[in-house]
Amino acid sequence: MTLLVAETLGIHFGGVQAVDDVSFAVETGRIFSIIGPNGAGKTTLFNLISGIYRPNTGRILLAGEDVTGLPPHRLAAKGIARTFQNLQVFYGMTVIENVMVGRHLREERRLVPAMLGLPSVTRQNRATRKKAHEILAFVGLDERIDEPAGALSYGDLRRLEIGRALALEPKLLLLDEPAAGCNPVETAELIGLVRNIAEQGVTIVLVEHDMRFVMQISDRVLVLDGGRMLAEGSPEAVRQNPEVVAAYLGRHGAREAGYARG
Amino acid sequence: MRALLSSRWTTLGLLCLVIAALPLVFPSGYYYRVAALVWISAIAAVGLNIFMGYAGQVSLGHAGFFGIGAYAVAIGPARFGLNSWLCIFLGVFLSAALAWLVGRPILRLRGHYLAIATLGLGFLIALVLANEARWTGGPDGTAVPRLTIAGARLMEPVTWYWISGGLLTLGTALALNLENSAVGRALRALHDSEIAAALAGIDVARHKLRAFVIAAVYASLAGSALALFDGFITPDAAGFLRSIELVAMVVVGGIGSTAGSIVGAGLLVTLPQILAVFVEYEQIALGLIIMVVMIFLRRGIVPSARRLIVRRAP
Ligand SMILES: Nc1ncnc2c1ncn2[C@@H]1O[C@H](COP(=O)(O)OP(=O)(O)OP(=O)(O)O)[C@@H](O)[C@H]1O
Ligand SMILES: [Mg+2]
Repeated sequence: MTLLVAETLGIHFGGVQAVDDVSFAVETGRIFSIIGPNGAGKTTLFNLISGIYRPNTGRILLAGEDVTGLPPHRLAAKGIARTFQNLQVFYGMTVIENVMVGRHLREERRLVPAMLGLPSVTRQNRATRKKAHEILAFVGLDERIDEPAGALSYGDLRRLEIGRALALEPKLLLLDEPAAGCNPVETAELIGLVRNIAEQGVTIVLVEHDMRFVMQISDRVLVLDGGRMLAEGSPEAVRQNPEVVAAYLGRHGAREAGYARG
Repeated sequence: MRALLSSRWTTLGLLCLVIAALPLVFPSGYYYRVAALVWISAIAAVGLNIFMGYAGQVSLGHAGFFGIGAYAVAIGPARFGLNSWLCIFLGVFLSAALAWLVGRPILRLRGHYLAIATLGLGFLIALVLANEARWTGGPDGTAVPRLTIAGARLMEPVTWYWISGGLLTLGTALALNLENSAVGRALRALHDSEIAAALAGIDVARHKLRAFVIAAVYASLAGSALALFDGFITPDAAGFLRSIELVAMVVVGGIGSTAGSIVGAGLLVTLPQILAVFVEYEQIALGLIIMVVMIFLRRGIVPSARRLIVRRAP
């Protein structure tokens, strides 16, 4: 079954065509990776799928439903969650509160009961906290739950964002460079975590520069360059695609080109 | 220690204790009046903190809603023969309706733009109050008929001390409950990242509007209380300086902290009284104290004090 379909998506900012005629489909429960050099339009594509930008052309279908142009909070309600390349942590809150925010849609949100502090609200707070605790345990962050979020290391903050996204119980999880800034040990743990999430039936689309990460974990890979699709296929096929190799050799560091060739 | 200090029961318990115990140390009846003024300002500050501290927005025109509440209980009974109690609710309703109507377009603005838009709103309300002399008595102000309960007129400072103290306790309890709910978490989340909040499913525009309306309601109630207590009101109550004073209470006490808003109100209401001995240097001294507090206690009084205690504790 297909969960996400992007049809001829395009958006431009002034003269810059950041995403240009991009189409792809993601099967339910799979890990789909998007790679490409800096400025290729990967984050912009995520911003389109998560409703932060409205596309100039094309459509987005989620489980067959046209969700193009819906605002982010409506898309969240439809089961799209994401993390951010440049962290968007709620620094004024504790670690566990960050994840509790992710339960927003599962919570009673009427104003009057909240202000009166009715027993139902107290009960709900307890349930939300319990669930958030479970999620933090799942992402491996259940030790410092009541500390301010800012006390966490960079790698832990990335996990915290994943935890917050999972709290939504999403169908589709978008991860924008989850391994950026992580050391090799953290990256290895992250690969395990992403696999675990996918095993629970969550469809994952991820953007990543770490080629080993991408090649190990992905069911399919999409290569963007200058906003356009360069290639799409299995990791094997993409790795051997001469255009991809050329693009990486031409404009990107030799390090990644080395990974791309295996 | 951290848990105890941040518990809402600690804040609420301390507040009740202070309200109950203060009269024991009052040397004269005059102190009831000052304390009642503190409680009344604190009600408005606690409300504004929901908008500014929880949700991270800014309003430089909040005294406008204070003015609406004040003039509702002045104009309603005097010109239309309406019951004063009813007029308190009319003021709240008017303030909430205006906040909702105006909030929808202006809360899309951010930062400086929102500040200027709310500033404009405050000016507009103060201007109407000053210019519609036929209704409001103009810049010279107007008398406010006293509130009565079972035939007794409420005008003694002692009476108002307990009324405003009770109202503040209630307002504080509601604000603290809100902070610890899904709605409160949504407000604090959008404070830090609107994008991440939206992607967690939070309707950001709706929640900002909620916070704005709640803050307007608190201010309106405080305005009604002040007018009924003083028996007289001028458009200055809705003016720019009052708006800035409210913001200063929230910030000096510690933005985001409900207890801080009350402490800030206490400081900004009592300091001018204490500093009055310096006669013409009063304003300078006040300004200096506020600056020094902000330089040394950057997060505001209450959060800074809390950090100090947590660090000292074993
Ligand atoms: N809001 C915006 N306004 C103007 N230009 C934008 C905006 N967002 C993205 N762009 C431009 O679109 C292009 C694609 O940017 P994007 O952030 O999507 O790249 P990316 O593939 O995520 O790169 P990186 O690997 O560095 O994260 C860039 O040229 C960028 O400057
Ligand atoms: Mg990017």
